[in-house]
Amino acid sequence: MYFCMPSLSVRTLSEVKTKPVIEIDKLNLIFPAADTPVHALCDIDLTVNAGDFVSFIGPSGCGKTTLMRVIADLETPTDGHISVNDMSPAQARLKRAYGYVFQAPALYPWRTVQKNIMLPLEIMGLSREEQRTRAARNLSLVNLEGFEKKFPWQLSGGMQQRVSIARALSVEPDLLLMDEPFGALDEITRDHLNEQLLQLWNQTKKTVIFVTHSIPEAVFLSSKIVVMSPRPGKIIDIIESTLPRDRTLDIRETPEFLEISHRVREGLRSGHSYDD
Amino acid sequence: MTEGRAGTGTELWRRLYSGNTLPVATIILFILIIWYAGAVYMNSDRLIDQYERSNTDWDFEQLVEDSWSMERPILPAPQQIVVELDKTVLDKKITSKRSLVYHAWVTLSSTLLGFAFGTILGIVLAVGIVHVQTLDRSLMPWIIASQTIPILAIAPMIIVVLGHLGLTGLVPKAIISMYLCFFPITIGMVKGLRSPARIQLDLMQTYSASNSDIFWKLRIPASIPFLFTSLKVAVAISLVGAVVAELPTGAVEGLGARLLAGSYYGQTIQIWSALVVASLLGVLLVWTVGMLEKVALRQMGEQAA
Repeated sequence: MYFCMPSLSVRTLSEVKTKPVIEIDKLNLIFPAADTPVHALCDIDLTVNAGDFVSFIGPSGCGKTTLMRVIADLETPTDGHISVNDMSPAQARLKRAYGYVFQAPALYPWRTVQKNIMLPLEIMGLSREEQRTRAARNLSLVNLEGFEKKFPWQLSGGMQQRVSIARALSVEPDLLLMDEPFGALDEITRDHLNEQLLQLWNQTKKTVIFVTHSIPEAVFLSSKIVVMSPRPGKIIDIIESTLPRDRTLDIRETPEFLEISHRVREGLRSGHSYDD
Repeated sequence: MTEGRAGTGTELWRRLYSGNTLPVATIILFILIIWYAGAVYMNSDRLIDQYERSNTDWDFEQLVEDSWSMERPILPAPQQIVVELDKTVLDKKITSKRSLVYHAWVTLSSTLLGFAFGTILGIVLAVGIVHVQTLDRSLMPWIIASQTIPILAIAPMIIVVLGHLGLTGLVPKAIISMYLCFFPITIGMVKGLRSPARIQLDLMQTYSASNSDIFWKLRIPASIPFLFTSLKVAVAISLVGAVVAELPTGAVEGLGARLLAGSYYGQTIQIWSALVVASLLGVLLVWTVGMLEKVALRQMGEQAA
């Protein structure tokens, strides 16, 4: 285990093992403002390898969502280097290298579940038949067969979020960016979806970046946990999980799990100031 | 009421109470009372004058009766308008120049054409304003200014200019109607096209969707509810525009022409019946748009209320 791992050594190490999907080096992002500019991201160094499940955890305002939006080319960094699949984020976005799951389902209310999943596929210009096949396949992946013709308002919040995951998966990206996708859901639904997501990750070998502020969720899901702190948003710890890839919810009772949780909590505590 | 009927009686009462029927009926009754009283009040001066000049004996009952049956009253009684409507709507052949159905059709045709023009113009302007920042800043003040000019002032000029260009008849009237009705559509559509939330736009961004994809798959569907709200306002205004357009054109056909002719000859009953037909036409138009809205929104998966 290590503290504030220098990104350079990780990269040389990882080149031997696996291909890095995302490389971030000395990245800064400052939101200009009339009074005081907000230093949202400060000297971020991070490497994400193919097949990793990486969680960004931290209190609100620590820049975890912003960092993910930079990867998705929804925000532009002020300086520093970032590459996604050896391309700039903008090029990666144009090549549709990732699927993005937002905090809210963001389904279009005038489209049925099936049509919502087909939205990105329409934009990609796939054939109708391929669109339907992919919609059906991904709906069954999130256990929502038979809901094709329903409109979003007819579904519960958890089901809507599963539809939005199916929609992101239908693009068949190697990289999945998930921004607190289960944040608004109740504990039981969240546990269930966490298990499903883990299975999905195991089956598909996708690279997943996952933003959360729940410690158990981060530890349960991740192969790598990035702990962040606010003002300015920076990385204070990167934890490589020692848990096996194959996990069930029971693993949360094991000493190993508790040990990692403890370290995440320590990291969050050290980065948190109670002055404000 | 017998015991056996009590159940259905309360049921009827409950439906009257919770539905629209009772409130609407109450208001109608209220209006009718005021109207009849008003007719007596407004027409009595002239009647009393007449009685005195012809030295007729009269009492209040006589006055009331006469004031509700004058040939050219200041305010006709409702039943006189109903009789006139019966004569001009049901008794005349609809092709006759004395049929109100014929006149209503003339006005309706310029209303519909003006409404179509206005809808197209309104949407085109809104699309331009939403997509081109220069248009947003340059067009909006003009659009608002255009609505501050009284239509009665500008209508004759439109007629003259278009007449010079060889356009007469239906089109100038439709253009005046368009001039009035495009405004709510532009305002509504600008709002509708800008209504998608940040997250919905971000989603499109992650798909690296083209502007035309964002327009057709997000902005347009999101704007449909706004469009229909505007259309309901616009269709009523375009009827007003079409009626007003008939006044300075010297038209001899149409509800506006009937209003004008009625006022020349003091035919108040004719004016009122044209007004009634115009408002019924307005209700019909708004109702039709409302029905289209229901169908369209249901198609778009709107939650059944």
